[in-house]
Amino acid sequence: MRHQLNLPTALMGLVMFMLIWQVLAWIVQRPILPAPIVVLPIFLQTIFQDLGIHFLASTGRVLAAILIAVISAVPIGLILGQMPKLDRVMAPLIAVTYPIPKIVLLPVIYVFMGITDISKIFLIALIIFFQILVVVRDEAANLHPELILSVRSLGAGRRALFRYVYLPASLPAVVTALRLSVGTAIAVLFIAEQSLTTYGLGYYIVVETYQVLRYPQMYAGILAMSLLGLLLYFCISGLESHICRYQKG
Amino acid sequence: MINIHKIQFAYAGGSPVFDGFSWQIAHGDAWAVIGPSGCGKTSLLYLLTGLHQPQRGQIRIEEKPITAPRPRSGLVLQDHGLLPWSTVYENARLGLTVRGFYGSDGRHAPVDEELTMHEADQRVQYWLEKLSIQHLRSQYPSQLSRGQRQRTAIARTLAMQPDLLMLDEPFSALDAPTRRDLQRLILDLGVKSQLTTIIVTHDIEVAVTMGKRILALDLDGNQQVRIIENDGACNTDYRYQSQFRDQCDYLHDILGDLL
Repeated sequence: MRHQLNLPTALMGLVMFMLIWQVLAWIVQRPILPAPIVVLPIFLQTIFQDLGIHFLASTGRVLAAILIAVISAVPIGLILGQMPKLDRVMAPLIAVTYPIPKIVLLPVIYVFMGITDISKIFLIALIIFFQILVVVRDEAANLHPELILSVRSLGAGRRALFRYVYLPASLPAVVTALRLSVGTAIAVLFIAEQSLTTYGLGYYIVVETYQVLRYPQMYAGILAMSLLGLLLYFCISGLESHICRYQKG
Repeated sequence: MINIHKIQFAYAGGSPVFDGFSWQIAHGDAWAVIGPSGCGKTSLLYLLTGLHQPQRGQIRIEEKPITAPRPRSGLVLQDHGLLPWSTVYENARLGLTVRGFYGSDGRHAPVDEELTMHEADQRVQYWLEKLSIQHLRSQYPSQLSRGQRQRTAIARTLAMQPDLLMLDEPFSALDAPTRRDLQRLILDLGVKSQLTTIIVTHDIEVAVTMGKRILALDLDGNQQVRIIENDGACNTDYRYQSQFRDQCDYLHDILGDLL
C-alpha cells in the first residue's frame, strides 16, 4: 500500500510530466494550453508575489483544518473504539453521515458560520474528521484483548491505557487516514475558495485568471495547487514511515 | 498467601469453568497448573490477577480481596502482550513507566516504592542483562524470536519486583536449549527471591519440572481439586531421576485422555 515516493522518483515523474505537457501544447496550439516553457517562468516569478500569498492562504486553511480534525476526531474515535456499547449506538449515525459528500453542506455552513475563513476550514475539517474518526475507532476496537489485559496487569487503568496503548496504537492509522483524505480536502478547498473570498488558490485560478482569460497565469495557479498537494503528501508519507518504522520486521 | 474460596466463574453464555472451586497457596510455593484446553487454566490466572471477577466466592491475596490488578502480582501471558510500537527496552520498562504515571498510590503501584527515573532505568537494565537480551534493547517485538519476546515480557514483569509470578504456557514453542535456560532462570528466581510462582501448562514434563505442587484441572467445574505433591521439582537434575518419570507417568494416567 505504501509505495515510497522518494526524491529521484519525484524528479523523474516531474520531467516526464513536463515533456508530455510540452508535446501536447505543440500539438494543440491553442491559448487554453500554453507550453510549460511559457508557464514555468511565470510560476517562478509570481510564486514570490501575489500567487505566493494565495498559496499561503490555501496552505493555512488546509493545515488549520487538519489540526482541528485530528484533535477532535482522535479522542472521539478512541472513546468509541473502547466503549463498544456507545459505539453500537453511534455506529448507524456515523455509517450514514460518513459517505455524504461534505461539499454539499457548504451553503448550510455559510449560513450558520458566516462568510469567513472559519466556514471553509470547517468544511475541510469535516471531511478529514470522518476519515480519521472511522479508522481510529476501528483501530482501537481491534486491539488484541490479550495486549490490553497484560498492560492492565501492569497496573494500567483507563488513563494509562489511553496514553500508552490506545494513542500510540492509533497514531499510524491517523496518519494513513490523513494521507488518504488530504487529496479530497484540497479538491473541496478548491471549490470552496471560488467564492466569498479574495484569497486562496481556488480564487486565483478561477476568478483572477480563468475568468479573465489569463491562461498562463491560471496554469501557474494550477501548478501551485499541485505543489500544495504534493508537499502535503510528502510530509504525511514521511511522518507515516517514521511512525510505522516498527512494522518493518 | 492466596486463598480462593468457593468461587464460581463462567464466561457470558458458557457453562461454569469454576463452580465452587477452592485453592490455597502458601508464600514461596512453586505451583504448576495443568489440564486440558478449556479447563480454565488461563481464566484462573486472570482471576488471580484481578482482570476477571468471580461471579460468586472470593479470592484473597495477603488477606485482601482481589478486585483489581494488584501491584505486586506479575503476569506473563502466552502471547506476551508486548507493545508492537515500542522497543525491547521501552517494553521492559512499561510497568515502571505506568507506575511513574500514577505515582505510588497503592492502587496502581505499591505505596512503599518511590523510584526515580534513574533507578527505574537501572532496574530495567539489570533484568535485560540478567535475561541476556541487553543487546536487543533497541529492537521491536516483530524483530525478535519467540524466546526473545518471552524474555522481554518476563523482564517487564520482574522489573516490577513481584512477590507472585504467574506465567501462562511460558515454554511452549521454545526450542529445547532456550526452554531449559528459561526454566533454570525461573527456578533460580523462586529459590533466591522467595517468589511464589504459578506456571500454567498443558505439558506434563513442564509441570513435573516446575511445580513442587501440581494442580490438575478438569472440564467439570473443578469443585473437587486434585493436587499432586511433587517434592523433587525445582531442580534441573530432577528430569534424569526415575522419580521424575514416575510422576510423569502418574499424571499421564490421571489426565491421559484429556490432554
